[in-house]
Amino acid sequence: MKGNEAIAEAAIQAGCRFFFGYPITPQNQIPEYMSKRMPQVGGCFLQSESEVAAINMVYGAGGAGARVMTSSSSPGISLKQEGISYIVGAEVPCVIVNMVRGGPGLGSIQPAQSDYYQATRGGGHGDYRMPVLAPGSVQEAVTLTQDAFDLADRYRTPVMVLGDGLIGQMMEPVDMDQAADRKPAEDLPAKTWAATGHKPTDEAPRAIINSLYIDPVVLEQHCMKLQAKYDAIEAAECRWQEEMLEDAEIVIVAYGTTARIARSAMRKCREKGIKVGMIRPITLWPFPEAAIRATLKTAKKFLCVEMSTGQMIDDVKLAVEGQRPVEFYGRTGGMVPTVGEIVEKLESMNGAKTGVEQLLNQTGAALDQAANAAQKTFASIGQKIEQKVNDPAFVQKTEELKQKTGEFAGKALDGLAKGATLLGEGLNKAFGALSGLVSGEKKNDNNDKEGNE
Amino acid sequence: MAVVFKKTNMLTDKPFHYCPGCTHGIIHRLVAEVLEELGIGETAIGVAPVGCAVFAYDYFNCDMMEAAHGRAPAVATGAKRVHPDKAVFTYQGDGDLASIGAAEIVHAATRGEKITVIFVNNAIYGMTGGQMAPTTLPGQVTTTSPYGRDTNHCGFPVKVSEMLSTLNGPAYIERVSVHDVPHIKKAKAAIKKAFTLQMEGKGFTLVEVISSCPTNWGKTPKEALEWVKSDMLPAYPLGVYKDITAGGEE
Repeated sequence: MKGNEAIAEAAIQAGCRFFFGYPITPQNQIPEYMSKRMPQVGGCFLQSESEVAAINMVYGAGGAGARVMTSSSSPGISLKQEGISYIVGAEVPCVIVNMVRGGPGLGSIQPAQSDYYQATRGGGHGDYRMPVLAPGSVQEAVTLTQDAFDLADRYRTPVMVLGDGLIGQMMEPVDMDQAADRKPAEDLPAKTWAATGHKPTDEAPRAIINSLYIDPVVLEQHCMKLQAKYDAIEAAECRWQEEMLEDAEIVIVAYGTTARIARSAMRKCREKGIKVGMIRPITLWPFPEAAIRATLKTAKKFLCVEMSTGQMIDDVKLAVEGQRPVEFYGRTGGMVPTVGEIVEKLESMNGAKTGVEQLLNQTGAALDQAANAAQKTFASIGQKIEQKVNDPAFVQKTEELKQKTGEFAGKALDGLAKGATLLGEGLNKAFGALSGLVSGEKKNDNNDKEGNE
Repeated sequence: MAVVFKKTNMLTDKPFHYCPGCTHGIIHRLVAEVLEELGIGETAIGVAPVGCAVFAYDYFNCDMMEAAHGRAPAVATGAKRVHPDKAVFTYQGDGDLASIGAAEIVHAATRGEKITVIFVNNAIYGMTGGQMAPTTLPGQVTTTSPYGRDTNHCGFPVKVSEMLSTLNGPAYIERVSVHDVPHIKKAKAAIKKAFTLQMEGKGFTLVEVISSCPTNWGKTPKEALEWVKSDMLPAYPLGVYKDITAGGEE
């Protein structure tokens, strides 16, 4: 099946009976399919006058208790942002599909991943997050679309299925049997909050679907309630896929179709003896930070591959916390990276190391040890400072300790610099990375100081 | 003692926030009384606008949704499609409906969306402090037309009832006023007819209610009602603009 059609059928099989949308390439097969299927299953397909109207119809139908979906592509998703913000504020469950195309502006109709920021940072106005699911195949698009409805109902939130144009247009064999007649998850709460036009009861009083909280005290409470919901989603709903990470020295982070291309590149590099692994985020928010941090055991470098000029790389860097270099390879504007381009990039990252590999191996352990020692010292001192920060008797002692730490770090840096200089020009790159690490630790120590003042 | 008057149970006990002399209170009560009298109120779904009536969800005693500015007809469309047997209505002002929500109202009307729209036209943006509205009269002074609305510069008032009545989707469109008791009675009859036709599945129904805004017009409540008669009604003639159920009704 074509990805767009598979997503539409998956939604219907998950109990979605209302679809509101507006034509835009490359997602037209979704509304087209819905227009044919919805009447067959007693549902409602309605072509709206605009994207703005479509998302507000979703708000009305979702607010009235129905499983409802809309789909669009980048420029149309921008138009929907007003409605998405209201939907978040009023806590209305719904599913939004974005088949991303090249931007900015009218851009192109070719596949892209350049809406990552918009999707994962909220997109509309206000203080909110939204679960974002990024399928890597048509089969997974089916599963994630159905999961999206459960997520939406469980947390009373809009959920975005973020496909690049490729996922929508690609034809792949799909097992629809396992997706057939998918029942809502058993843990889903009853929609007692919905405006169904019901006579009020104690369990379900008069419903008000609303995002207006004119009293800032109340709005802050509402935002904190939303934040608690986001914390729960981060704790329970983060998903990713790990490949060949056991000994990976270079870890690729890529999602969606790009991950498939990167996977081929990873395998080619493995054949050449380059230790490459991959993490594929399946939820872009919540982002699999912990999974990426766990690869630091073996990872020396990271490569973020995207169909954009670099957006998810920010989240990878946040996850890595500056402990390793994070490099980028991307194509944008509707261009798709090739396996060869990614292999070339991985080889160059690997080559930068192999030139001085032997020397590094000899000195690496010692350098690591020094860095680790410094790190440990800082960490333990930081802990002590935190514990005692409110006790005036410890302030002076703390200052002394910090001074010593500074001296120690300085000495360590000097020592490393001297040692590294002796290794000659070939080592310059490796040293750069390491001194960056050490000065990074120093900076953290300074931050602690500022925090205490 | 016999009860001669009782407030409709379709209004909550929450005090209105409207300015003294504003006719929103009258229009709220007419809508609420009609919902109760037709026996469709308890299961109705109302959609509030952005504007002076933004808190309508606090006043109408039924399930309510608060829409984004101008989007009430789209929100009502979603709700009505899910619950086709329920009374679904929007309550919108002129800035909300005729300016930022022009697309939504035109398309809800032309689809024959089976909802009732209560369109309150007072020729000004009230809540934001008296700016020029799409329905502001030529020459009318507002905070963004301080020299009076210059039609050469910013065009003419939007005549919503006239415009929508050219479409095939609407079943019933009438313009009424609430500046005196006889007109209030006629307004209630129009609102009742609109909801009745909605429940009969006849199509889109809209009642445009000419309203006053003493605060932002800079008039006393009495002067404001006089101005409705002297200036608003000539620009916005009252009457039935569309009624698919009656051949000869005015």
